Parts: sequence; structure tokens; C-alpha cells
Amino acid sequence: MKKITIVDYGSGNILSAQKSFIKVARDNNFEADVTISKNLSDIKKSSHIVLPGQGAFNTCMDGLKKTHGLIDELYEFALIKKKPFLGICVGMQMLAKISEENGIHEGLGWIDGIIKRLPGDSLKLPHMGWNEAVPRNSTHNNLISTKNDYYFVHSYYFDCADNDNILAETKYGKNFASIVGKENIYGVQFHPEKSSSQGLNLLKEFIKV
Amino acid sequence: MVKIRIIPCLDVKNGRVVKGINFVNLIDAGDPVEQAKHYSDNGADEICFLDISASLENRDTMVKVVEKTANEVFIPLTVGGGISSVENIHALLKAGADKISINSAAIKDPVIVKRSSEYFGNQCIVVAVDAKKHFNDWYVYSHGGTKKTELLALNWIEKVQELGAGEILLTSMDKDGTKSGFDNELLNKVSEFLKIPLIASGGVGTLNHFYEGVVKGKADALLAASVFHFNELSIKEVKSFLKEKKINIRV
Repeated sequence: MKKITIVDYGSGNILSAQKSFIKVARDNNFEADVTISKNLSDIKKSSHIVLPGQGAFNTCMDGLKKTHGLIDELYEFALIKKKPFLGICVGMQMLAKISEENGIHEGLGWIDGIIKRLPGDSLKLPHMGWNEAVPRNSTHNNLISTKNDYYFVHSYYFDCADNDNILAETKYGKNFASIVGKENIYGVQFHPEKSSSQGLNLLKEFIKV
Repeated sequence: MVKIRIIPCLDVKNGRVVKGINFVNLIDAGDPVEQAKHYSDNGADEICFLDISASLENRDTMVKVVEKTANEVFIPLTVGGGISSVENIHALLKAGADKISINSAAIKDPVIVKRSSEYFGNQCIVVAVDAKKHFNDWYVYSHGGTKKTELLALNWIEKVQELGAGEILLTSMDKDGTKSGFDNELLNKVSEFLKIPLIASGGVGTLNHFYEGVVKGKADALLAASVFHFNELSIKEVKSFLKEKKINIRV
């Protein structure tokens, strides 16, 4: 029995994430309990954690900090127990050490790197719509094996300090990391829950981790 | 690079699709969830629901429709039609919509664009503009295209972009229903200054019209209703045609 918890810290549209995991579990006959929660006891009992994120980086970080002990519990889960953890969009960006969105803000720092603004001189920002993620060679396990299209909505990207943490890249003006990973910790810049069958496949791979 | 999007639009009244697919393989052709799922399975990049319910009570029905759709459909969902307040927007986003399109309410009070985009994020707020040409200028119409305003379409679009709109859904009233192609002259004029994505709407009838909307109109996304609903063209056909023509598209 998988226990997938989607961390609830006041970020928008997390229902879609929950529904997509329920759909994946149902379609693949996984026995899974998918809950939205910020209770530390739920986090403790989880087999998989999903950290969603929408909006500004510092607002999301502040939201996480608001629930006393939440960050410590997530740290315990991902870095001590090394259980599967997935950050989506700003949830992925929060894995970085620092973000440059609206000033300099500290992130969780679980994967070394800085969140920077995409070059928007000749391109429209946010980078919104379907784009291709191309897998890269890395010593870490990848969630995708072939290039696929996913749905993106973002203006900032994860500039990884260590190229080995880049599991897939996408081009928008420049190449940026669209999937990052380090051992049991994953982050996707796009929205798998909005990326049709390709997105659901990625969630399936994550459940199987 | 980001791909050109194909968006089927469904008119929903009191929770039922009134202009939608007429396919025999659908169990309930009036069910917006089933229609949205059909399009998603066939390669739609996004779904748009346009609520044409007359009364306020029926708008609550839309929230339920969105909730049910979000259970089954895993591509972005835009909801528009009669949205008049930040509370409306919040309820629909909470139910699972990804973007909300505002039209008449923005004309009545443009501050709603600023308030809602600041609160929910620019990417959630689409401003829909119905435009019609009079001599050499395009004017904005409100209330489902029934009331002419004194707003010039190009000025209005520039203004809502400044106010924080994340996308523009531009419908040409001259072209809508004619199946003679998008108004590429208008689209192109808007593309010249627009820094946010442009969704073309109104007039598409053939495969080549989609192509022209991209290369002549410079649109980022193409919205269509009847050509898809009446199965004159399928989304797959449109996409493989565009792909052959070297347009960057998801197939």
C-alpha cells in the first residue's frame, strides 16, 4: 500500500495533483492512498511526498514555514529516511539553495543551485504551454526515458550547480533543467498533472520509485 | 521551443454542452466532462468551457462541472463566460480550472484584471476580447458581442496587458461563423506589440486556416468550436497537417 501525501501549505490548485495521482493509481492497479495534508503525522507515515507550488517563490517558502515543524519533517523524510520526494513547479524550485525571484530568498537547499529568471528579451514570459523535455545522462535515476512534451508555466528556472542533477532539459531561449534529481529527490519544472498521458506516466514512474 | 496550442471550445449552458460534438460514440453528448475527455484523448492541448447560462444560480453549476472535469481531464482547462468578480474566479480555480477568461467584467471595471492577476498570478487570467471592424478600426464589443463599446481593440488589448492579463483570447466577430479563416490582419496587428500569448478565435473552417493563423496571424494558440464539434476536422488531422508544414506542435 502506497501512501502518497501532497503537502498542503496554501499553494493553489493542489486538487489537480491529488486527482492525477488517484487516476494513475486506479489505471495501474496500484493500491494507494492519496491525501492532501500538512499534518506531521501524515508526512511521517507517507511512502511518497509531493510538494506542489504555484505563485511566487518567497510566498511558497513562507507558506511552508508557517506550519511549525513541517520543513523539519520533510527533511527527515527526504534526506534522512531517503524516501521518494517530488517537487512540482515552484515545489521543484524550492529544492534549490537560493531564488532570485523578487529579491534573494533562501530555499530548502536539498539540490545545489540557484533559481534564475529566464531570458525574456525576445521571448514571451511566462514560458507557457507545451514543450519538450529531453532526458540526459546522469548517475541518478531518471523519471523519463525518452523525450516527451509537458505543460509548462513559469518565468524562473533551476540553474543546477552540478550537471549530474539535471535529469532532463528543455529549450526556451536557452536550455534549462526541466527535471532535476538527486538520489530519492526529484523536481519537475512542468506540471505532470496537466500534461495528459505523458504527465501521468511520469507520476506512475515516481510511484514506482 | 514552446509549441502552438490547439484548443477546442465548448459552450456550456446550465451544466450541459449546447454546442458540442455530435459523435455517436459518446454516451451522453451533453455531458461536458465526456466531451472534454474526448478532446483530451484526441490530442487537444487545452480545453475551454464557455458558460452561456443566463442566470447566476446556474453559474454554480459550472463550478460542479469544473470539479468533475478535473477528475477526468489532465490538460489545462480555461473557463469563461459571465465571470464578474474575484470571488467567481476563486471558486472556479479552486474547483480545478487553470485559467479564467474575463470579458465584459473587465470592460465594466478594468481593475478586476489587475486585482485578479496580482492575487492568482498572471498566468491564470485570460482576457477575452470580441472585436469587430468599422471602417479602418476594430472596436470592442461586450456582453457576448451584443453591445458595441467605444474602446478600440488594439488600445484595449494593450491596456489589459499592462494591467496584468496573462493571455489574450481574441475573437473576430466579422469572421466568427463564416468559416473563411481567422482575421489574420487583426491578429497580426496585435501580435506586433503583444508580449503575452495570443489565442486566435473565430472563422476557422479548413486545415489551411489553422496554418495561416500561425504564420500570418502569428497566434500562439488556435481556438475552434464547430469544425471540431461537427467532426469536419479532427484535432489529430489539424495537428498532423501543421506538423507536415513544419509548425512546432505536439502530436
